[in-house]
Amino acid sequence: MTTELYAKAHRKIQDIKGPLVFMSPVADVKYGERVVIVNSQGRKKSGQVLEVGEKAIVIQVFEGSDGLDRKSTAVFFTGDIVKLGLSDDMLGRVFDGSGNPRDGLGEVYPEVERPITGSPLNPVCRQQPKAWIETGISSIDMLFTLVKGQKLPIWGGPGLPLNAVTMQIARQVIRQSGEELVVVFAGMGITSREYNYFYKEFQDSGALASSVLFLNLADDATIERILTPRLALTTAEYFAFDKGRDVLVILTDLLNYANALREISSAREEIPGRRGYPGYLYTDLSTIYERAGIIKGQKGSITQMPIVTMPNDDITHPVIDLTGYITEGQILLSRALDRAGFYPPIDVMPSLSRLMNLGIGEEKTREDHRQLADQLYALYAQGKELEKLTAIIGSEGLGTFEKRVLKFTRRFEDEFINQGTQPRSLKESLDLGWDLLAEAPRGELRRVEDKHVEKYMPKREGVGAEA
Amino acid sequence: MIQGKISRISGPVVRARGMEGIKIRDLVQVGDLGLLGEVIEVKGEEISIQVYEETDGLTVGEPVKSDGRPFLAQLGPGLLGMTYDGIQRPLEILRDLTGNFIARGATGDPLAKNKKWHFIPTVKVGDSVSYGDIIGWVQESPTIKHYVMIPESVSGVIAQIKEGDYTIEEAVGLLKDGVPLKMVQSWPIRRPRPAQRKVPTSLPLVSGQRIFDVFFPVPKGGNAIIPGPFGSGKTVMQQSLAKWSDADIVVYIGCGERGNEMTEVLTEFPHLEDPRTGAPLMNRTILVANTSNMPVAARETSIYTGITLAEYYRDMGYDVALFADSTSRWAEALREISGRLGEMPGEEGYPPYLASRVAEFYERSGRVICMGRGTPEGVKPSDSREGSVTVIGAVSPPGGDFSEPVTQNSLRIAGAFWGLDARLAYSRHFPAINWLTSYSLYLDALRDWYVSELSEEFLTMRTELMEILQKEDEMNKIVQLVGKESLSDPDKLLLDVARTVRDDFLRQSAFHEIEAYCPPKKAFYMMKAITTFYAQCQSLLGKMPYSDVLKLPGWEKISKMRYFPNDNFEVQCEAALKELAQEGVVQSA
Repeated sequence: MTTELYAKAHRKIQDIKGPLVFMSPVADVKYGERVVIVNSQGRKKSGQVLEVGEKAIVIQVFEGSDGLDRKSTAVFFTGDIVKLGLSDDMLGRVFDGSGNPRDGLGEVYPEVERPITGSPLNPVCRQQPKAWIETGISSIDMLFTLVKGQKLPIWGGPGLPLNAVTMQIARQVIRQSGEELVVVFAGMGITSREYNYFYKEFQDSGALASSVLFLNLADDATIERILTPRLALTTAEYFAFDKGRDVLVILTDLLNYANALREISSAREEIPGRRGYPGYLYTDLSTIYERAGIIKGQKGSITQMPIVTMPNDDITHPVIDLTGYITEGQILLSRALDRAGFYPPIDVMPSLSRLMNLGIGEEKTREDHRQLADQLYALYAQGKELEKLTAIIGSEGLGTFEKRVLKFTRRFEDEFINQGTQPRSLKESLDLGWDLLAEAPRGELRRVEDKHVEKYMPKREGVGAEA
Repeated sequence: MIQGKISRISGPVVRARGMEGIKIRDLVQVGDLGLLGEVIEVKGEEISIQVYEETDGLTVGEPVKSDGRPFLAQLGPGLLGMTYDGIQRPLEILRDLTGNFIARGATGDPLAKNKKWHFIPTVKVGDSVSYGDIIGWVQESPTIKHYVMIPESVSGVIAQIKEGDYTIEEAVGLLKDGVPLKMVQSWPIRRPRPAQRKVPTSLPLVSGQRIFDVFFPVPKGGNAIIPGPFGSGKTVMQQSLAKWSDADIVVYIGCGERGNEMTEVLTEFPHLEDPRTGAPLMNRTILVANTSNMPVAARETSIYTGITLAEYYRDMGYDVALFADSTSRWAEALREISGRLGEMPGEEGYPPYLASRVAEFYERSGRVICMGRGTPEGVKPSDSREGSVTVIGAVSPPGGDFSEPVTQNSLRIAGAFWGLDARLAYSRHFPAINWLTSYSLYLDALRDWYVSELSEEFLTMRTELMEILQKEDEMNKIVQLVGKESLSDPDKLLLDVARTVRDDFLRQSAFHEIEAYCPPKKAFYMMKAITTFYAQCQSLLGKMPYSDVLKLPGWEKISKMRYFPNDNFEVQCEAALKELAQEGVVQSA
């Protein structure tokens, strides 16, 4: 992002408020145009036109308005909307949140330049995703299968191992896809400790050479976070749809992104929506999340794994809620399981993959997958209800069946969910699922057909028979 | 032509000056690219325009043009099978024009201009015709005849009309005063298409979903809302309904939908068979797809575009089902645009006119005596015809909280409420409709149909099943305190029967080959089986221990009934009923 040489300097700043600069009108300024702002000390900042009118122009300054004044600060209009130069050489590189090299290795010579806002993919051009991705985590593979081209966010309250679970999935994806995969990482407002963790993980998994990292750390300019995910997704689209690679995009943390958006909105004195977030938060988030998928007749795919911190473990928080309405499911981490020392502490009940059915079943995973998953869910839900009940009445009043369901529930959490960091193959997960089901009387297993029971249910003495 | 200049740009809202004579809701072309937009505010000399496309790159002083007309939907043969965006741009044609990503300013004709249709007149020279009269038809799809109607404000005596092959723009005939009669007409989408009058609804929209057909039916011409938190299966349910309902025409509006889910609809519908005709489902379907990342103003419009298309087919005398997924996304678009205009917000930031907009939309559903004369069957030129639009709107309440404004405003209007329940969804009970909170106000209107199509018994059995579920709910509260073991045998039986009702009757898999569609008659047999078996078990209670009652093969028999093949279930059901009525008799004897 260079070149302001040809543009004329304008010194017409009227007001400076938060991240916004209000200017007197300048001819031919375009909405969405990229600007460069130079202060009296020659420090450069980048910005974008947020509003153009006959009376005023509003500019958002990505690095914040510190050090800007009315008199001597010069604003250059580049005549172009914000674009990113793209090339194969970006692989293995680390950029800052505005797309400038952060690793000291010099500029990348672009092959093409693209507007970072992207364009909506024509719905008729989308290819239905159908290849499942083995994550090695039983609960995910078995109960909410990840599918290539999906956007599946991970949510959890502060302090839960969001990063670790994300990276465990990413590692597995990297291992499976091999050379073909490109990982694009966008960090928005993350701490350097978190960054170091991700960096080391990428290094250890051997994915660094085929990764592109965009980093806006916690102490970097807040408003820059508006750009960061868009830079990452523009890069992802380039590798997926120009170069035909499978791309895994990790975005973290969308809560910080939304807070940056809120900051601009409140500086503009817009009418706030829920919890002060702007009314257009949904539309804005959708222009990020929807940049995933596969195009008909083309190689390449974009799979998105956004990480969203759930403030106060509140699933109704607007950022979480709106995310859930755009993404194709969610993986939720549970504080209760985490406290009990379970890893990965995935809360299976509210977790969901909306594309699961496209990716599983005969010839993809296994014929019994859907029914087995439904049955495990149903029994686990029943078990959790029973646990509440026993808390009140004790286990004395329970029948044999209830006791067996409780046993199933305990084993489900201890063995199935709490698998540790060691990956499990899908077959292992499926077999374990059937093994757990054998705890319940056959008559209670209404979601699985006989043919599957006969084929897959382990036959052990004393279990599986009618109570 | 009115022409002015851009004076301000802020997101999707653009202001312009010098547009003297422009009216609210007029269609305008904005900037050098000619982006489409709609006038939403006139303030002194300045007007506000909601632009249907991204406004990046626009600048003050660029031209704004309008021919002083509102946005018009193009109506004529060729609509069926199409996929449009919110402003009726044909998405498949856009792909050919601009590639995989939608470029701004791209336009395409909603209806193929050069395709020839074989027109068969049903009126003759000398007949006098007026608005709504059918003058002939073309075979639009293998199963659907498209009736050509006289547009509004045209009337006169036919001077010329001839069978033959025409494009939509060629005149198929002439009136005496020289007005050409064409197959295409246009309609301002925000204005409901008129009908002679609304008539009461008395036929159910048969959906093949037991929870709806039996418990919470919606009639042809009625409306229903499906509110539910994300992940509770709204979309799958809407899609099952669209696939299986016995409407003649289906209009599916993906309003702010997920791209990949829209793709599911776009990919699957063309492969699906219409269960009644065996023809591809797309032959009777129009899709309006405006995914969440497509421009917000077009999302707001998509609802009106969709319902105008639905009304147009209703006016031909068809039963049309319209699915809107999700109306919350539409309401949010209203809120977003209202916010950009700086309007004073009402509840939760939604504009104060939300309630009236929601009401206006649902009121466009209904069963009507259509304008004009001519009936579809064999087209009797002098008779009047009936058509209907059924509206089924999904609502996505934030955080699953039903007290929010969109749900509440929709509830005030909708005749059926299908409340989705996250708890049911978590335990993978689908459709995750809560049977205790949902309701349908249409049962009385449909009584005659149930009696004549199924049986007198149907409504009594429906009540009986409902009571079982109600009692189960009360009983569960007791069980919470004392445990199940301490219940009396009849109470235990009630709980087990209730579970059968839930698991083997209400639960229905949208993905199972046979289960996906359950004919009402089969549902009726299943109800009968459950009530018969329940009565039988009750009669056995004193005669054998409850643990033996639980071992009766009847429980499993009932659970198998759902898988009886749909083409031949009567025989199997009758046999099962006989066995169930005899259950336990041998053992106890």
